[in-house]
Amino acid sequence: MSQNPFEGTEGQMKDLLKSIKSHRGEAGALMPVLHDAQNIYGYLPAEVQTVIAEELNVPLAEVYGVATFYSQFSLTPKGKHQISVCLGTACYVKGSDKILEAIEKELRISCGECTPDKKFSIESCRCVGACGLAPVMIIDGEVYGKLKPDDVAGILDKYMKD
Amino acid sequence: MKIINLKINGIPVSVPEGSTILQAAKLANVRIPTLCYLKDVQCVGSCRLCLVEATGARGLVAACVYPVSEGMEVRTNTPRVRKSRKTTIELILSTHKKKCLSCPRSMNCELQKLALEYNAEEDRFGTDHDIKPIDDLSPSVVRDNSKCVMCTRCVAACAQQTIGAIGPKNRGYAKVIGSPYDVSLAYTPCVNCGQCVVACPVGALYEKSAIADVWGAIVDPTKQVVFFTAPSIKATIGEAFGLPVGTNAEGKMVTAIKQLGDVKCFNMDLTADLTIMEEATELLGRIKNGGTLPMFTSCCPGWVKFAEHYYPELIPSISSCKSPQEMFSAVLKTYYCEKHGIDPKNLYVVSVIPCTAKKFEVAREELGGYTDAALTTRELAKMIKEAGIDFVNLEESTYDTPFETASGAGAIFGATGGVMEAALRTAAYKLGGTGAPLEFKEVRGTQGVKEAEYTVGNAKLKVAVASGLGNARKVIEDIKSGKKDYAFVEIMACPGGCINGGGQPYVHDEVRNTIDLKAVRAQALYDYDKENALRCSHENPAVETLYKEFLGEPNSHKAHKLLHTTYHKRDKY
Repeated sequence: MSQNPFEGTEGQMKDLLKSIKSHRGEAGALMPVLHDAQNIYGYLPAEVQTVIAEELNVPLAEVYGVATFYSQFSLTPKGKHQISVCLGTACYVKGSDKILEAIEKELRISCGECTPDKKFSIESCRCVGACGLAPVMIIDGEVYGKLKPDDVAGILDKYMKD
Repeated sequence: MKIINLKINGIPVSVPEGSTILQAAKLANVRIPTLCYLKDVQCVGSCRLCLVEATGARGLVAACVYPVSEGMEVRTNTPRVRKSRKTTIELILSTHKKKCLSCPRSMNCELQKLALEYNAEEDRFGTDHDIKPIDDLSPSVVRDNSKCVMCTRCVAACAQQTIGAIGPKNRGYAKVIGSPYDVSLAYTPCVNCGQCVVACPVGALYEKSAIADVWGAIVDPTKQVVFFTAPSIKATIGEAFGLPVGTNAEGKMVTAIKQLGDVKCFNMDLTADLTIMEEATELLGRIKNGGTLPMFTSCCPGWVKFAEHYYPELIPSISSCKSPQEMFSAVLKTYYCEKHGIDPKNLYVVSVIPCTAKKFEVAREELGGYTDAALTTRELAKMIKEAGIDFVNLEESTYDTPFETASGAGAIFGATGGVMEAALRTAAYKLGGTGAPLEFKEVRGTQGVKEAEYTVGNAKLKVAVASGLGNARKVIEDIKSGKKDYAFVEIMACPGGCINGGGQPYVHDEVRNTIDLKAVRAQALYDYDKENALRCSHENPAVETLYKEFLGEPNSHKAHKLLHTTYHKRDKY
């Protein structure tokens, strides 16, 4: 189960049930409902997957299978600041794995996870089209290039404050 | 229907339009290897072992899904085809835990057989694989994903049962088959039917073994060990020793069990008869007293757990009768112990069952813990082999007294419709007296849902029989919506009933493709019934003695205490 406790609101559940209602009975209803659920909650908590399984009358194993197949779906909540480290070929050759390691060490979470205070989440991505700047990471849409592991702490510091 | 003419390896063959190359090849007696294909269960074309050359196709095509066309020429045995199959097997082996010598499927593994046939090298692409955790928390089914070949036959079997407790998780190299999150199968709505186990081509799924416990009890001087064998075992155990499918090996089986050590071997068909006495009485009582109808049978522990998870509102409709296994164990630990002056804790009761769900049933608290161990047909065969017994050449012998005699009605419990037919024979007798009909052919056969209406005595009795939980669901939904109205419904979780249970000998897909396994095994039971001097449960003298000496009469207070049980709602998630 996800390490972050489920904190869904009644409003979110209402939106989810509305989405389920509008797709119920359709062939392949699971995908659009999962998309909506991810938009509503920011990720796909176990509790939400169970509601979807029950309401769409599909096994939970199938819901979970689809949720873990597509990298666009996340089983962990996203932080206020979303960090994405490029592990594409060019960045990787330039040592982006070391950058990711430094971030993980700094925030004490692994790639794909969210800090308990929900401030940061880390994920990896493939080429963002900025190979000239390799290795690259993106925080909340802002690109940081030509990184060295030692730069990480300073950059994260800026985001710690707000 | 349009007929398509084609040639397979030069052999002309005509098949209906829409047939696949694999189906046509079967008619031409050409063997095409398969791994992910499972007749009636899964056909997805993902393992790529059935690849063949076909005119009109660009590359090699998957015979299990590729449709035939007029004038097509198929080649199943070219260097290109053989090389492709060999490479595919070697790629599968590269991530497979190759602990073949100690594997429960060794000598009976579909991958092992294919690897030998195609001269595959086990380490051509290295032998590195992740060691994945083994899930052995379920009382019935063990999963070792390090041996999984991702054929998804287990997933399809589970989906066919409309359970869906397992599925593929994650993607690429991280992909595994299992329950959501890292939860064990034990904590899912799995009903332990074991259809996933018999669907698995390799050793990734097997039953939770009780063999060591049973050997331990056999050598324990303080224990008296008694075995009893379920109705369907006689019809399937021979397969494990190379006898043809459908051989009744009862006599040899009894001899073999007695040669395992100082053990007695009893006949569980007898408590099938006892079940009928209790169940028929319960049914007639419900009809007479306006009780909850329809009444559902309760012999099948897979079905019972299914109802507890998915249809808890049906619990009052399920017969309160314990299953024949649990009735037998209760009788042994009380009546038999009293009669022979045995301390019940020194009597070790082993049931031999075709079923992995019975292992779960053994652990149900409300049943009183009378059964000490439940062995599947496969486990019994393994013990017989381990004891060095030459099964095929054994003399035949009979069950031990006082539980040796049973009726043919008890024997057909092992096939779908059998419990219904056995109950109808006794109900017809009770309502109609002598001359009541003996055979109820409408409830026989391997189709998933069977319906019939009988006039027994003055009463009209509408009945339904479903095997396979998908079919059970259909029948239940029809009853709930008011579309159908029955007095009595028999449900068995496994398609075809116990003869196709999750604990029965492994049968390769290749064989399943060529014969109707369920029908051939069931026929052995119906033949056995026909040749039996006793055809009805109420004629069984051993059951009569049991009531006279101990239980009183069917549904008596004592019978209720020992032979009946309760059910409870279970969560779905």
